[in-house]
Amino acid sequence: MTEVTLRVVLVAAAALVATGVHGALSQQSIVMIMMGLELVVNGLVLATGGIWWAEGRPGNASVLVVVLVTVMAVEMATGFAVALALYRARRVDLADDAAELAR
Amino acid sequence: MTLLVLVAALGLVAVVAGIGVFVADSMARATFLLLASFVAVAVVLLAFGLTYLGVVVVLMMTIEMMIMVVFMVMLMMNPAGLEPMTMVHNRRGSRVIALGVFAVLAAGALLVPWPTSAPAPTTARGTDLMGPQMLTMAVLGLTLLAAIVGTVALSVSRGPARGGGR
Repeated sequence: MTEVTLRVVLVAAAALVATGVHGALSQQSIVMIMMGLELVVNGLVLATGGIWWAEGRPGNASVLVVVLVTVMAVEMATGFAVALALYRARRVDLADDAAELAR
Repeated sequence: MTLLVLVAALGLVAVVAGIGVFVADSMARATFLLLASFVAVAVVLLAFGLTYLGVVVVLMMTIEMMIMVVFMVMLMMNPAGLEPMTMVHNRRGSRVIALGVFAVLAAGALLVPWPTSAPAPTTARGTDLMGPQMLTMAVLGLTLLAAIVGTVALSVSRGPARGGGR
């Protein structure tokens, strides 16, 4: 039963990661791209929790979840700072308009 | 069995809400759907016995989404979604890549023989972070500090990042 539950959790986590990847790749707005990235990390949190539980709850292994939650917070703070800096500098809020490096 | 049903249902909620984020017209709706996805995952953590971390995820993500709403209203041209519109590019490519990612990850989830070992105590998360896992905590602290410095440096309207501000 443990194994079945773990596999269900991992498939759900895979679906979350794939949804996030799809959003981050297909959305034009920088805010929506960041929501996609958050969904990817959300899937990682789910997978980490599931593996921690199925592995017999090893003592200190769940600090990985702390790391992931911190990654989420840092990603959002830095992402919004970049979005604001970009908007201040060039009135750009779409990923397509921020293509200096492609030229 | 109960746990399996609960986890499967919550996983489904998390995924459906996650898909809804990119389907909803209203930015507020998208944000709250993302929050719903986070909360569903947090409840799974609670069900697995990660009480502290589940609560932390709920609290952090609720606050984070509230901040996100502010930025949405600031940056999106149509935050209310009164006139439905899609702002997407490369839809087919990203769909193919996303399905590929899902196929690979789900195959791993279903085919890899995941090991299960003997139970161990779940307590003393804090002493782990401050004791044997001090390196994790130190790295996290540095990362957060770098994020603080980086966000301030990027968001000021004048300064070295803007070509000098004297």
